[in-house]
Amino acid sequence: MVPRGAPRGDYDPTQPTLWQRLDWLARTLVPGGLTLVMLLISVAPSRLPGFVHVTPMVALICVYYWAVTRPGALGYGTAFLLGLVEDSLTGVPLGLSSLAFLITQATVASQYKYFLGKPFLVTWWAFFLIAAGIALFKGLALSAYHGQLITMTALVFSTLLTIAMYPPFAWLLSRVSHLVFRES
Amino acid sequence: MKPPSAPTPRLSALRALLHKSAFVALAGLAFAVMLLGKADTLLIERMRATVIDAAAPLLEVLATPAENVAAVFANLRQLSVLRAENERLSEENDRLGRWQAVARQLEAENEALRSLLHYVPDPTAHTISARVVADTGGSFARSLLVLAGERNGVRRGQAVLSGQGLVGTIADAGQRSARVLLLTDINSRVPVLLEESRVRAILMGDNDDMPQLRFLKERAQVRPGDRVVTSGDARVFPPGIPVGVVASVDDKGGIGVDLFVEQGRLDVVRIVDFGLNGILPDQGGM
Repeated sequence: MVPRGAPRGDYDPTQPTLWQRLDWLARTLVPGGLTLVMLLISVAPSRLPGFVHVTPMVALICVYYWAVTRPGALGYGTAFLLGLVEDSLTGVPLGLSSLAFLITQATVASQYKYFLGKPFLVTWWAFFLIAAGIALFKGLALSAYHGQLITMTALVFSTLLTIAMYPPFAWLLSRVSHLVFRES
Repeated sequence: MKPPSAPTPRLSALRALLHKSAFVALAGLAFAVMLLGKADTLLIERMRATVIDAAAPLLEVLATPAENVAAVFANLRQLSVLRAENERLSEENDRLGRWQAVARQLEAENEALRSLLHYVPDPTAHTISARVVADTGGSFARSLLVLAGERNGVRRGQAVLSGQGLVGTIADAGQRSARVLLLTDINSRVPVLLEESRVRAILMGDNDDMPQLRFLKERAQVRPGDRVVTSGDARVFPPGIPVGVVASVDDKGGIGVDLFVEQGRLDVVRIVDFGLNGILPDQGGM
């Protein structure tokens, strides 16, 4: 029973308050939602004719970032769905990006102890390896799918741009992460 | 995420197992979806259409600031070349004026000859103008998303044009949006001919900026600078839509075509229904 004079008659300390619920909702939705927004921004027309061919793989940056800094914040299921959205929008065979995101997450998860408490430069270096690996995987898988080798020049530039864009995106995501997962 | 306070070894082992099996199941599912897509089923097509329909309103909102930023840059660029551009345009205007006179004369002559022959005219094309809201280039795929779908009369396989020439074809059509497969995409195959020599070929995209001419009947007659237009074979496009010019002919047989339409600069495209139902069957449930 709640004693008389408490601020709310029906207050029950064992039940989460509205703010706690909202907080929980934000933690559940923000990693995936933010990745989705970034994905949509990355396909918006830039009107820069040269840039459109080397667009960085922004969603991969987000998936990797959450996998390294907060394992589990972006689950396998969410990554799968995000991949389907990316493939539908860009016209890549449906399922290819899902597979790429899942491989990224599993690779990071298997090396989780290695990433624990490592400085930024180390995670950036690891991202370099993972982004290159994923780009190669997607390029080869796509060539096999179409039975025709795709040109790798744009792929190399896009990968380099993705790696170069990692620090600003990681900074932005770390701000959001601080805001949402404040107490830890 | 709350860190588990003190999980028993058995519980954490179970969790790890679940985690791993979720990965295996989803990776398997992704692979299955890819194979299903290779078989070109209606289900996958509908899934794509649903996703692009859902994303279309968001992309419409996002495209506006991108357009504004680009407009500012374009303005600045234009200011610096205003005088030269003006000179070039008035020169071009003079030249086009002369061509216009020739075209009028030919039009009248055509008219007269057609009436002599009782020529049956081409069916009039139905045109839909649509805004480009997403532009996805790169080495994986080359496509655009446009804000017009089945409810506007857009169907899979229709031709997409801009002021300069052929852009591509409709690959997936949702209710209010559609995806355009560009000529540079690895899936793009367009029957073309060289305007002067009338040599027929297939224009094949390879996810690079310059699609290649393949399956030529007479290779020797191809020279850089030749204009490439659609041939109308296979009844996918009507004949004579400008595509590009031959840019390079190398010894190994590669013939690159420089397209008239530059990806990344398109704001609005025209989707044209020529009333042709060629080899691209409309599986999208007409």
